Amino acid sequence: MLVKAKVNGEWMTADVWGGASLLSMLRENLGLPGSKNACEQGECGSCSVWLDGELVCACLVLAAQAHEREVRTVEALAPEGGLHPVQEAFVESGAVQCGFCTPGLVVAVADLLARDPAPTEATVREALSGNLCRCTGYAKILDAVVAAARRMQESA
Amino acid sequence: MSAVRTIRKTRGLVGENVRRVDGTPKVKGQFLFGSDLWAEGMLWGYTVRSPHPSARIRSIEIAKAVATPGVAAVLLAADVPGKRTYGLEFSDQPVLAWDRVRYAGEPVAVLAASDLEVARRAADKIAVVYDVLPAVTDMEGALRPDTPHVQDFGNVLRHVHIEHGDPKADAEVWIEGYYETGMQDQAMLGPESGMAMPAEDGGVDLYVATQWLHVDREQIAPCLNLPQEKVRLHLSGVGGAFGAREDVSMQIHACMLALRTGRPVKMAYTREESFYGHVHRHPARIWMRHGARRDGTLVNVYARILLDGGAYASSSAAVTHNAATFAAGPYEVPNALIEATCVYTNNPPCGAMRAFGSLQAAIGYEAQMDKLARALGMDPVHLRLKNAVSTGSVLPTGQVIRGRAPVREIIRRCAEIPLPPAEPVPAGRRDPLSLPGGAGNVSRGERLRRGVGFALGYKNIGYSGGFDDSAEARVRLFAGPGGAIAEVHSAAAEVGQGIHTILLQIARTELGIEQVVLHPSDTNVGSAGSTSASRQTMMSGGAVQLACAAVREELFDRVRARAAATGRTLPDDLWLEGGHVLSGADVVGPIETFLEPPIEQTRTYHHRRTSPLDERGQGDPHVTFGFAAERAVVEVDEELGLVRVVQVAAAQDVGRALNPQGVYGQIEGGTAQGLGFALMEEIQVQDGLIKNASFTDYLIPTILDMPPVVSALIEEPEPDVPFGAKGVGEMSTIVSTPAILAALRDAIGRELNRAPVRPDDLVGLAPPAASSGPPPAPDVPLQEPIPGLHGLAAGQENLGGTE
Repeated sequence: MLVKAKVNGEWMTADVWGGASLLSMLRENLGLPGSKNACEQGECGSCSVWLDGELVCACLVLAAQAHEREVRTVEALAPEGGLHPVQEAFVESGAVQCGFCTPGLVVAVADLLARDPAPTEATVREALSGNLCRCTGYAKILDAVVAAARRMQESA
Repeated sequence: MSAVRTIRKTRGLVGENVRRVDGTPKVKGQFLFGSDLWAEGMLWGYTVRSPHPSARIRSIEIAKAVATPGVAAVLLAADVPGKRTYGLEFSDQPVLAWDRVRYAGEPVAVLAASDLEVARRAADKIAVVYDVLPAVTDMEGALRPDTPHVQDFGNVLRHVHIEHGDPKADAEVWIEGYYETGMQDQAMLGPESGMAMPAEDGGVDLYVATQWLHVDREQIAPCLNLPQEKVRLHLSGVGGAFGAREDVSMQIHACMLALRTGRPVKMAYTREESFYGHVHRHPARIWMRHGARRDGTLVNVYARILLDGGAYASSSAAVTHNAATFAAGPYEVPNALIEATCVYTNNPPCGAMRAFGSLQAAIGYEAQMDKLARALGMDPVHLRLKNAVSTGSVLPTGQVIRGRAPVREIIRRCAEIPLPPAEPVPAGRRDPLSLPGGAGNVSRGERLRRGVGFALGYKNIGYSGGFDDSAEARVRLFAGPGGAIAEVHSAAAEVGQGIHTILLQIARTELGIEQVVLHPSDTNVGSAGSTSASRQTMMSGGAVQLACAAVREELFDRVRARAAATGRTLPDDLWLEGGHVLSGADVVGPIETFLEPPIEQTRTYHHRRTSPLDERGQGDPHVTFGFAAERAVVEVDEELGLVRVVQVAAAQDVGRALNPQGVYGQIEGGTAQGLGFALMEEIQVQDGLIKNASFTDYLIPTILDMPPVVSALIEEPEPDVPFGAKGVGEMSTIVSTPAILAALRDAIGRELNRAPVRPDDLVGLAPPAASSGPPPAPDVPLQEPIPGLHGLAAGQENLGGTE
């Protein structure tokens, strides 16, 4: 079936199997492998993207559900030639190790900070509890959220 | 020559918090992991696996699958072009099963199709008829003489016997314990994945997520019936490893399919398949007896450790060696008898996982130390201080600790970290998220108990038992835009731990330049050895340091030759800083002016030689050791059996922190995996079948489960090791599980002799794990350990020791 979606600001069409997930369409049809495939059942958050501005696990959304809707992925987060403050903070704080969870976490943190520019630690933990990381033990991810929030408030 | 120019100090050196070289592409989603690879005309590979833990294959019918539109190839065991088996230490694992399957999940067929969904559906059309056989699923059962043999020669995979001092020596106080540990999964987020590209020379290029490119190749090439040089491996983005990628998974299958179809073939396991597709942490049963004087001095330790190796050998022999050699802990023990046996069963194969045998041992010996402290009425931290090893101590293997062993220092530093403030109990006014059960909102905190536990542990750095696990690196220094550039070529697998960044820091430090780039890791340079055993900083770091030193010497020869040719004198020793050659305080000139032609040097680093254990378990098996201590504070809801870890305090002997931020990250991440093993992580195996092969059912710690980890680094540079840096990847995992278990025991006073601890254990609904009786005899009758003739010429068959 043909799915037409506005992906990262551009209308794109993909010919996918009816049972295909949005994650599969992004990765296999549209050449956007930034969203990762770690569990494919909504447990790990590695495939976090925005669907009409709402944070979703792309593995739990059918490609067909994205038809005529707007999808934004990690690939669209950074400004041309630079990094989004959340991305910058992740690199600086040592919140990246193997990096497989990183795109999903970066998207989830950007989503959180857009809604709550100065979250408490408890809020951060709850907001990111759907994103598994196996390498860092999360300490430096918490540091990165604090650093990103500060950076975004300074530049606001 | 000018003495007035200001040379800017080189930045990004060893000892600094340098940003990861792969950080920016990873945060942008541009870093390509094995599962992200794509090629024009690419096919998807898929694996058909046995549903039975033990069966004979009667027939395999593939015609319907072959006839499915979009299917390019279906391959069976008879299609393996060369050797039919592979394995890290012993070549006992079939590429594809031909007559017997020995575990549920064993590959029996592979196919390639135009897309993954076509491949899955075609796989459903492959009809395999099995004669189901009795399965050996109990590790003690495997040792009984009347139990069927999983492998033809028997069920004993490895036995290690260590006899130290007088094992019959008596003591004033004796305590005994029995412990069980479950099967843990590495749960690296990136699945097993890679892409094989057929090459014009009849060979194959494999882009793969692995821990050791060269040992993969040594196993792949004979199975493909190709010479090594026609099998070229390239490291893709890895996505975490923790031991799960030491063994071959999809590598040979993808290459077979690519060579058969003449097209690129990608394979990426699903999460469920990943649980079947890699080895796990060995479940263990441990019997221990500790004897001490009334003043707390350890006199005698008896340890009997049984490990379930599952259906194939993997690295079980070396894991057993580790479990045995570390069984008494980092304590001075004049007398000991240690027996460790690993058996074959029809359970999923077990092998390498972070801490590699030493975690199971630590769960036993640290519980024993607490028990002993209680029996003696001593403070458990004081008991550890009293018995801790130090430089010069003799271990049960007779090995003398030559390097730094600041064990008392790490105990003190860990104990000094401030405890978290007490929180109100009952906890009516607390944020529910801060209670055990957290987001589940199940507790009001009426019956909370707080406990504190302490654990000490240690582990080898590098491969052991006489194995010379050398590492090669190539460094090329050339003139580029903006000055001299060094390119570092190493096959060391960056799996997330940060070795590539460390290698560049070393090159900057040695060459006095900031522009350093990494050549992609591949088999066009010699082996770096495995990214495991906390060894790459020492080994590949050492190789890069040697190669840089050789480049520098050649550069200095050129500088001296040019000076001599122009009649200049160079008064002092030459050195490099800020992109310049200096002689004493004088600037000789920019490095790039001496680089026509470029300078390239390749060097191999070897650690000091070790020796295997003899028949009494005596020898000099380990290169060096890293020590760690952790203290855990927990809160237990004793009615609900729920736990919140409040804080972990960590102190680790790191030699020297080459990238402190990375070292802290290793401690925090390793602690998280140990916490998972203490509280939630267990592969549920029933009758040989994995019951929880998903992240819905196999739980790993989330950000809500992790407490603050307060770490102290103890930096006493290790002699004879590059930059004095000890490997740091595994030690925190070894201590975090026993520290949390100790804290739970302290909180609720139950025995809790099984990891992971379940809510039923905490509330008393389940009794402590009970031994089936006395430990199985060490001299298992009629069954010889795996015969030497099964050894694979992969260079590691002697890694375990005395087979």
